[in-house]
Amino acid sequence: MSVIIILLIASISVAGIFLAAFLWGVKSGQFEDDYSPASRILFDDKPSSTTKTQ
Amino acid sequence: MPTPVTDKKLHCYHCGENCLNDKIHSDEKLFCCEGCKLVYQILNQGELCEYYSLNENPGISQRIKVRKDKFAYLDDQKIQCQLISFRDDKQMHVTFYLPQMHCSSCLYLLENLHRLNVAVISSRVNFTRKEVDIVFLTPQTNLRKVAETLTSIGYEPYISLNDLKEKRPAINKSMVYQLGIAGFCFGNIMLMSFPEYLGIDASEEGLRSIFRWINFGLAIPVLLYSSLPFYESSWKSLQHKFLNIDAPIALAIIITFIRSAYEVISGSGGGYFDSMTGIVFFMLSGRILQDITYRHLSFERDYTSYFPIAVSVLKENKEIPTALPDIKPGVTLLIHHGELIPADGILTKGKAFIDYSFVTGESLPVLKEVGELVYAGGKQTEGRIEILVIKEVAQSFLTKLWNRDEFTKPGINKSVSFVHLLSRYFTYIVFSIAASTAIYWQIHEPTRMWPAITAIFIIACPCALLLSNTFTNGNILRILGRNHFYLKSAQTIEDMAKATHIVFDKTGTLTTTQQQDITYQGTPLTAFQQQQVAALAAVSSHPLSKALAKHLVQGPGIDVTGFKEITGQGIEGFVNDDLIKLGSSQFVTGCTNPQPGTTIFISIENIVQGFFIFSNHYREAVPELIRQLKGQFRLSVLSGDNEREKENLQRLLGKKATLLFYQKPEDKLQYIQHLQQQGEKVMMIGDGLNDAGALKQSDIGIAVTEQTNNFTPSSDAIIEAKQLSRLTEFFKLCRANRNIVMASFILSIVYNVIGLFFAVQGNLSPLVAAILMPSSSLSILLITFGSTSLLAKRMKM
Repeated sequence: MSVIIILLIASISVAGIFLAAFLWGVKSGQFEDDYSPASRILFDDKPSSTTKTQ
Repeated sequence: MPTPVTDKKLHCYHCGENCLNDKIHSDEKLFCCEGCKLVYQILNQGELCEYYSLNENPGISQRIKVRKDKFAYLDDQKIQCQLISFRDDKQMHVTFYLPQMHCSSCLYLLENLHRLNVAVISSRVNFTRKEVDIVFLTPQTNLRKVAETLTSIGYEPYISLNDLKEKRPAINKSMVYQLGIAGFCFGNIMLMSFPEYLGIDASEEGLRSIFRWINFGLAIPVLLYSSLPFYESSWKSLQHKFLNIDAPIALAIIITFIRSAYEVISGSGGGYFDSMTGIVFFMLSGRILQDITYRHLSFERDYTSYFPIAVSVLKENKEIPTALPDIKPGVTLLIHHGELIPADGILTKGKAFIDYSFVTGESLPVLKEVGELVYAGGKQTEGRIEILVIKEVAQSFLTKLWNRDEFTKPGINKSVSFVHLLSRYFTYIVFSIAASTAIYWQIHEPTRMWPAITAIFIIACPCALLLSNTFTNGNILRILGRNHFYLKSAQTIEDMAKATHIVFDKTGTLTTTQQQDITYQGTPLTAFQQQQVAALAAVSSHPLSKALAKHLVQGPGIDVTGFKEITGQGIEGFVNDDLIKLGSSQFVTGCTNPQPGTTIFISIENIVQGFFIFSNHYREAVPELIRQLKGQFRLSVLSGDNEREKENLQRLLGKKATLLFYQKPEDKLQYIQHLQQQGEKVMMIGDGLNDAGALKQSDIGIAVTEQTNNFTPSSDAIIEAKQLSRLTEFFKLCRANRNIVMASFILSIVYNVIGLFFAVQGNLSPLVAAILMPSSSLSILLITFGSTSLLAKRMKM
């Protein structure tokens, strides 16, 4: 019986983590723009872009 | 990258437009104009030429130059404060709307803005909203410079009067959170309920109550948070003394919870938490599906989205950029080439050549002399003018249309969905069943009364009706959106099904502004002469010249020298040493024009050859569309234009159709009102700002646009011009909506009757509820989605 209680706690907290991840994803706007992130990852970053001297 | 040599036409490396000659080039790359070349050079210097390798000719034509100090008003502290989202002594955050954004190259370039302006710390694009968030260091650069950097690479920020108003509310995400939480609770409660249904060993009694209490705990967030939309909506409807569909649903949710909580606390049963949370979850998903919004479109635009944020006021010979709301009658405005006139006024200096296509729908510019009245909404097309303001911006001829009392009051034109009426009958029936059951059990066995009554409310909530309605609407909206017909809300579907009278605008709706029919009368021109005329016309930026250049075939090796353009008159120049004049009859022949309509006269070496007649080009799909609509609806055409096309249109629309010409925006609105008073459900199809009042007044206003990136006046729906021909099919789909909702509703009543059979006896077991609820919901989902999709497939949408 006690095993079942541990399992219960485990399963609900795992589900809770996914719920939290979903809420966080919505809140941070990850579902708003479905075009830019997909294209952004394909751009080559030239080293010159990271140096911001002057 | 080798330039395509085989292609006869030369394309601009930047924007892909045809090049007139091969004179403008840089690094062996051809450009159509100096503007495009300049952008290329800037990008080349910033080592951003990857822009050109991501997509072919990704640029936007730069033929129309932006005035140098256009963004001077961004130095104004007051305007700045209203535009920027954050500032401290080191940096500023600003969001610009860039309507030109269209591909991954744009994304690449805009996110690498720091290579062109080192003071830019970051720039991040939101592609669906076509916005870029820019963070920059303040002493090193300023708002104006950032805007100018963007403009220099072809992305001129669109800053309108609308930006001065309060910030747009953020997209409401709370319903998504509510759905997420309802889904989480529903899923877990379902799992926890299994032991209850499958039977648990008597020795494990303690375990059973743990499961029940966990369910109880999980149901609380659904009751208190996820169901909020239903409580709010039903409370609002009750305040207006109107019983909408949400009221019985909210009641059912609360009763189910109380009954289940009582069972758990008293230890008499497991309750109906799974049914309750499940229903909330399904109904919320239906709502979200139905409320789908097209983020790249706006249905709420008014004149403020078209008007500039600031204009130059002339004071003691100095140009002072001033925010538009601060313009008072009596000041003198300087209107630059290509700018919108923001307030009614009197022309005091310069020759106005005003394009009123926004207001009247007439595509050709109108000439105004000093002393004449000019109305707000016109666009100055040639040179600079000064005007003396006589009316405030909000009081002008055009903007008054929006400030009408009818429009500012909420609730105008709002029809009520038949679903609410249906649910009302449904509720009355449920209440009477509940009452008779209560009386029956009160007499025979009072202890069973409460279980029976609560069970009736649990089983007979009109959630099936709500589900079938939201899912059908949601799917129809999705199908129409896929076919480039975007509806503002689900209610528009029902309104469309009820339409009886269709009113068309002519210019821009039935006809296209992209193309004009050109015919020639006079001494026939040789092929070479045609090429000469085309070459001359190509130099000018006047809309008629451009249309003419497009109409005639261009040839190679033709030189234009001594080009002169006389505003409002015509153009002349030496083409291969022949003096050619193009323009008004007055300009070319010296006497006034005997021909009606729009004409361009032509003379070669001072010998008048003939004239070109310009007429509106009807969209290809229009005759067929009208033929289909003629039988089903009464039709009208309202045009701000002259009567030239009357016969033609009458033939097209048939004798019964009403045709009205010389219609001002106000007249159009009144005509719609007139029809509505006769009991017609009016659908207005228009395109320009001149139709905006009528679009708003009509029961269904549809804005036609060549491209969804363009601005459209506020309306209930937006349709892409190409899709106009399919309007009858869209009508069919909208009419099917009601039948599908009714069919699935009848099915749900069957489920309800089965449930009620158990409920009135007072022995509705949670297991029966748990089977009935998901099976009815799922079958409704299948029917609504399946039948709408099937219908769409049969209509090849």
